[in-house]
Amino acid sequence: MRKYITPSLIILLLIGAGPALAGDEPAITIKTNADAIATVQNNLNYVWTLIAAALVFFMQAGFAMVESGFTRAKSAVNIMMKNLLDFSMGSLAFWAVGFGLMFGASKTGWFGTTDFFLSGWSGPEGDPWVLAFWMFQCVFAATAATIVSGAVAERTKFTGYLVYSIVVCAFIYPIFGSWAWGSLLNGSGWLEGLGFIDFAGSTVVHSVGGWCALAGAMVLGPRIGKYGSKGEIKAIPGHNIPMAAIGVFILWLGWFGFNPGSTTTGDTSIAMIFVNTNLSAAAGAVGAMITSWIIFKKPDIGMSLNGALAGLVGITAGCANVNPSSSIIIGLISGIIVVFSVMTLDRIHIDDPVGAVSVHGVCGAWGTLAAGLFDMGGISAKVIGVQLLGIGSAFIWAFGTAFILFKVVDATIGLRVSKEEEMIGVDISEHAAHAYNDFQVTN
Amino acid sequence: MKKIEAIIKPFKLDALKEALNEIGVQGITVVEVKGYGRQKGHTEIYRGAEYVVDFIPKIKVETVVNDEMVDKVVDTIASTVQTGKIGDGKIFVLPIEQARRIRTGEIDNEAI
Repeated sequence: MRKYITPSLIILLLIGAGPALAGDEPAITIKTNADAIATVQNNLNYVWTLIAAALVFFMQAGFAMVESGFTRAKSAVNIMMKNLLDFSMGSLAFWAVGFGLMFGASKTGWFGTTDFFLSGWSGPEGDPWVLAFWMFQCVFAATAATIVSGAVAERTKFTGYLVYSIVVCAFIYPIFGSWAWGSLLNGSGWLEGLGFIDFAGSTVVHSVGGWCALAGAMVLGPRIGKYGSKGEIKAIPGHNIPMAAIGVFILWLGWFGFNPGSTTTGDTSIAMIFVNTNLSAAAGAVGAMITSWIIFKKPDIGMSLNGALAGLVGITAGCANVNPSSSIIIGLISGIIVVFSVMTLDRIHIDDPVGAVSVHGVCGAWGTLAAGLFDMGGISAKVIGVQLLGIGSAFIWAFGTAFILFKVVDATIGLRVSKEEEMIGVDISEHAAHAYNDFQVTN
Repeated sequence: MKKIEAIIKPFKLDALKEALNEIGVQGITVVEVKGYGRQKGHTEIYRGAEYVVDFIPKIKVETVVNDEMVDKVVDTIASTVQTGKIGDGKIFVLPIEQARRIRTGEIDNEAI
């Protein structure tokens, strides 16, 4: 029910002033009251969903800050351009193709075939919920896309990245999304049909983005100077750690839209989701800090920041079906996992400057499993099996398609800048620009 | 005229500025520099990887004084910035051939 009722009429109905106007207004009945209440609830759903969409949009700023903070000053312009353009290109691609594949009517359960170009909205008389829902889903698609930016930082051709952004928002993310979330609008996916639990997207958004990031980092290879001639791991310190920290705070804030907003309903259920989201992030930061303190003898800032994000990713699947104490355990384990994952990737020489694969891919998988393990409705082998199936199919689909995509881009327009361009820095070689223009004499 | 260059720990700059003011040094120039001496840098950790920072941030303080002032200034610098720990820095004294105050055209001792 999303009919128009004028605000003044709603107020009249609510304060019981209706009878005075009984001569020229419809009589007040239980049904008209129920309709009015439903209208208020409906409006609240719109407002909450769109406020949450705005919070999730702000996560783009968080990603931009984290990524540029964790990389060198000579790559900051490029990181900003990638974050701006993956959202912009991604929005257009999701409007044209992605949304239809993800939420259009699906006969097979594998992808939707209607609702392309926002055709589900027929104009001013049409259902505006399609618009609100599109906006919320669009910022989700862009989140999945932008995860890759950090993992491929400082060595990727800008054109290659743009092509990737379009393909991930038009095809890779939406097709997997349709398997798990299609029925949120007009679709129906095979995975959700089995009872797969992924409330806000540990797998659908974060693992998919994380596995695409893994494929990108593998196809590209490490940055020059990351690993020594004998295979030793060298640090390439980021140029602005406070900026990275601000980015993590922004992402944490954005997650209060990401998880509670996934109700797309303005009701009381968002309270527990808020609490779970916050507790898991907090436990993730603590878990990573303690782990890094034990291993490196000092509490490491980079790992602790990654730990907060790991906790957020970890609780994303189960935020609506686990209790607050479970969310602390989920976050704590996420924080521990992320440190070991970052170290393992470094050991096998996969250069991920910001830890995107570990935070989003690995902790997304863990969070999806945890949503089954800590389900308040009780644990069952069948649910765990479905969760594992979802985790596995996300890896095969996202890593497989992204790996092929990056290989094709590499073979055609080129994926990596030349050695010289990388040494000068992609800011100069790709954009002819500096991020920090002090001390330059220009005439 | 002599130029005195002192490479010091950055956190000692404020104390040194005051001490030099008190003994009548008219002006100083300060440069942020990086370098190493016998300590050969130090180790830091970034995301689990240890690395050596070869060049440690220091402050180089420069001032030009009359010949009679040199010993007093050098002593003041040394006593003000010394901590007794590694990395306290060094002081160099160099001859100056000419000085001119650009605004007035005064030269040499009048100009410093």
